[in-house]
Amino acid sequence: MFEFVNVKYKEIVDLPSFCIEEGKVTTLVGQSGSGKTTILKLLNKMISPTQGKVLFKGKDLKEINSVLHRRNVVMLTQNSAIFPGTIRDNLNIGLMFQEKKEADDEVLKQILKKIMLSKDLDAPVATLSGGEKQRLALGRLLLLNPEVYLLDEPSSALDDETEEIIIKMLIEHVHIYNKTIIMVTHSKNIAEKYSDTIIEVERGRIAGRREVNARHH
Amino acid sequence: MHGIIDLTIFQILLAYIFVLILLAIVKARGIKREKEIIIASLRMTLQLVLVGYILVYIFNNPSPFITVLIIFIMESFAIYTVLKRFSEGLFPAFKRVIVFSMSTGTIACIFYFLFLVVQVSPWYDPQYFIPIAGMLIGNSMTGISLGVKSLLEGMKTQKNLVEEALVLGATPQAATKKIVDDSFDAAIMPTINSMLGMGIVFLPGMMTGQILSGTAPTTAIAYQIAIMLGILGAVALSVFVMLQLGYRTFFNKEDQLFYDLF
Repeated sequence: MFEFVNVKYKEIVDLPSFCIEEGKVTTLVGQSGSGKTTILKLLNKMISPTQGKVLFKGKDLKEINSVLHRRNVVMLTQNSAIFPGTIRDNLNIGLMFQEKKEADDEVLKQILKKIMLSKDLDAPVATLSGGEKQRLALGRLLLLNPEVYLLDEPSSALDDETEEIIIKMLIEHVHIYNKTIIMVTHSKNIAEKYSDTIIEVERGRIAGRREVNARHH
Repeated sequence: MHGIIDLTIFQILLAYIFVLILLAIVKARGIKREKEIIIASLRMTLQLVLVGYILVYIFNNPSPFITVLIIFIMESFAIYTVLKRFSEGLFPAFKRVIVFSMSTGTIACIFYFLFLVVQVSPWYDPQYFIPIAGMLIGNSMTGISLGVKSLLEGMKTQKNLVEEALVLGATPQAATKKIVDDSFDAAIMPTINSMLGMGIVFLPGMMTGQILSGTAPTTAIAYQIAIMLGILGAVALSVFVMLQLGYRTFFNKEDQLFYDLF
């Protein structure tokens, strides 16, 4: 699905050619500052390579409209920003940005259930904890139903138990709808348990790649 | 209506008493501002005397060339003032936007105002052109300054929200809509406020000047209303153009934020 061809971005990453497959869960692991987030940003065209190119389904990203591409390849940023307003506002804002129709309350409530947020849709976001905000941002993503999910530390603010449930829900969702996940995580447990491919990033380079077949359905 | 009392030099000197009083106060309180007060008083006097004689010359020898030259000088000075104020935070593309929006916004309003509202003839009549251009340019300069300040601050403090909107698939326009709207609001607010207080809280300088020089208050008011609307138009137009082009300078052709700009 994605193909990196000798990509460099400033002095941050220097990557050989490699592929990321469609319909799979690919996990990037490595120390902070090793360039994992930069790789995600290259995938949704938040930044463009200073050298080399990134292909999406065989087409150079340079030739693809950035905004339309980001609607298809949506990213959950680390410490996702939550917009002022209510939970409903924050779930709908992604749809608004993508110029789509707002979702019915029924659909929004289903999303809240999926992300285990037992709050009122009218609740102001100011009262949410860090972990709740992270799940809300994830709910916002699910509502957009993109082809590719780029997840930067999706469970960093969650406790072990919630992390396990949320990630499992996410992986199931992705398998049912045949989506692709590319995820950055610090959690060894999550990486080993749910990935199809683990890519190890070290100081802006790829230090190893491993196919994992221990998929849990 | 009787004409104005011509002030003699002695009468003007009497007004300088106020400067002496101020100097006495700061001296007594040990506030180190004597130098600035003296310089400000001298500069005010010299600049106005100079401008007075220049205007006398221009009014006696009206010429389209001189009128255009004066507008150009005013415009350049206003733009220079804005650019200098933000010298740290401005990048070249944004500076070009400021120059463009200040000049097109104000010039369009000046011409509309003089030709359609006041219907000046000949078009370069300096008695109308210079004071009206001065007021429109001066107020736009304040508006643009406020708008630029608010846009720069908004892009800096709300950068994470702009970035979040982009990763969710927003266009740069949608991602910055709130910042741009708030900046527009901040820029036109002083003009709206002064319209609200006009005639009650204060009598505007132009009107006061006209009344002092013997113009009927009703005529002075008609001019004041028209010029206030002209100011509103010039501020709104120049700030709108600045913001519509300005937000875009934070993004490249690929709709990516220029991360190293701020």
